[in-house]
Amino acid sequence: MQKYSIFNLIKNAFSNHEKWDLAWKDPSPKKEYDVVIIGGGGHGLATAYYLAKEHKITNVAIIEKGWIGGGNIGRNTTIIRSNFMYDDNARFNEFGMNLWRNMSQELNFNVMFSPRGIINLAHSDAQMNAYARRGNSMRLNGIDAVLLNREEVKKIIPMADFSEDVRYPIFGGLAQPSAGTARHDAVAWGYARQADSMGVDIIQNCEVTGFDVSGGKIQGVRTSRGDIKTKKIGLCVAGSTNVLADKLNITLPIETHLLQACVSEPVKPVLDGVVTFGAGHFYISQSDKGEMVMGGDLDGYNSYAQKGNLPTIQHVLTGGIALFPFLSRLKMLRTWGGIMDMSMDGSPIIDKTHIDGLYLNCGWCYGGFKSVPSSGWTFAHTIAQDRVHELNEGFSLNRFSKGYLLDEKGLGTKTWIS
Amino acid sequence: MLYIKCPFCGYRSQKEFAYGGDGTVKRPELNQDISDEKWNEFVYLRKSPRGKHVELWHHVAGCRQWFKVQRDTVTHEIFQTTKMNEEIK
Repeated sequence: MQKYSIFNLIKNAFSNHEKWDLAWKDPSPKKEYDVVIIGGGGHGLATAYYLAKEHKITNVAIIEKGWIGGGNIGRNTTIIRSNFMYDDNARFNEFGMNLWRNMSQELNFNVMFSPRGIINLAHSDAQMNAYARRGNSMRLNGIDAVLLNREEVKKIIPMADFSEDVRYPIFGGLAQPSAGTARHDAVAWGYARQADSMGVDIIQNCEVTGFDVSGGKIQGVRTSRGDIKTKKIGLCVAGSTNVLADKLNITLPIETHLLQACVSEPVKPVLDGVVTFGAGHFYISQSDKGEMVMGGDLDGYNSYAQKGNLPTIQHVLTGGIALFPFLSRLKMLRTWGGIMDMSMDGSPIIDKTHIDGLYLNCGWCYGGFKSVPSSGWTFAHTIAQDRVHELNEGFSLNRFSKGYLLDEKGLGTKTWIS
Repeated sequence: MLYIKCPFCGYRSQKEFAYGGDGTVKRPELNQDISDEKWNEFVYLRKSPRGKHVELWHHVAGCRQWFKVQRDTVTHEIFQTTKMNEEIK
């Protein structure tokens, strides 16, 4: 594989950049693989990469119905953070933060990870108390958390509405200075390129049509490009988990919902980090191009549409304008939607199943992007060793029936809870 | 935006309604021993099909009645709405 470097860039300039290697090959599926990963999104590509790198399992195929990186890794708002209160979530995501910090070097692909910080705003004394508790909990897990008062928040986001007569005045906020954003597509491409170079087959335009299960064991997978034998299948198909689980006669604690995001026209730098509104579901950051990137609630009813309806955008931006009045004068450039696995407690599932050789990675709700490296790393471990890693043991499938819910913020399928 | 036909009030905009989730889920019978598994199924497990889905809606800013809707989860086409005591055909 050609290394991406300044020297290779100069060298290739002499041949008009026409002689670069393909970033990844386009192979036809083989008859048999050690592991088949279904879903060529961020989580699937990262899983294949860590299977090859950490566990030396390279006879791996990634099967993707469309093109790689075309699902939610291409549709998110690129926020990376680990500001969780519960130990299971905090440890898992802080482990991921360390992978994010080295990702560009490790993948030899500039993912533009930019740790510019996140602030969750508080709008009441009670919310400040809750954030103090969450911040302390984060610090116990080694995550940087800073409780800001109103004046400190005002220094960072002076353009927010700090007037006295607003409905939800800003009391302060909880900041995680090491949080940030990254270039989402580059993450998918970087993982794909490295996985491919280690021998992983990335098979696009290949739809899964069924599974071959006998004696409670996975024997293979049936696809639109032929049957593939394998003993181990990893499902990384957020948004279509219910559809594939139905082919396996499994019912999961997941509903499929639609989440929208939008960007405004580009403007000059005005907002440095990520800010979330504490009195509604609204979050905002500014992209490198200057667009204001915004998101919020689900559309609110089961959906596979991959495009959203207007009332939700209006509702989200109402919250946005209450926080940043200047947004009302910006034109919207684009809105788009992606379909999410909404788990019943708002936390993901990375686990084995009752079918031998079937591994689940699903239920990412609003926050799959930040977990791409940690999810790939732990899921690869779970598949390779056939047992969960201590980092993902809290994300078990049976936590619902056992009553060990990870209801960090209660952000499950019900928008009225969130 | 969805345009939903309330069986009591007729067509109204989506803004008047609240979503109530999967309409095929049945609570375990009262006054019987209920296994943890049955509770798990009732509280957490959902089919969430791609395609036709029977679901509950609440006309919360209208007549405040609950009713059933059969909707396509891909196209959002609404095939049928019925009162709670009627079956979707």
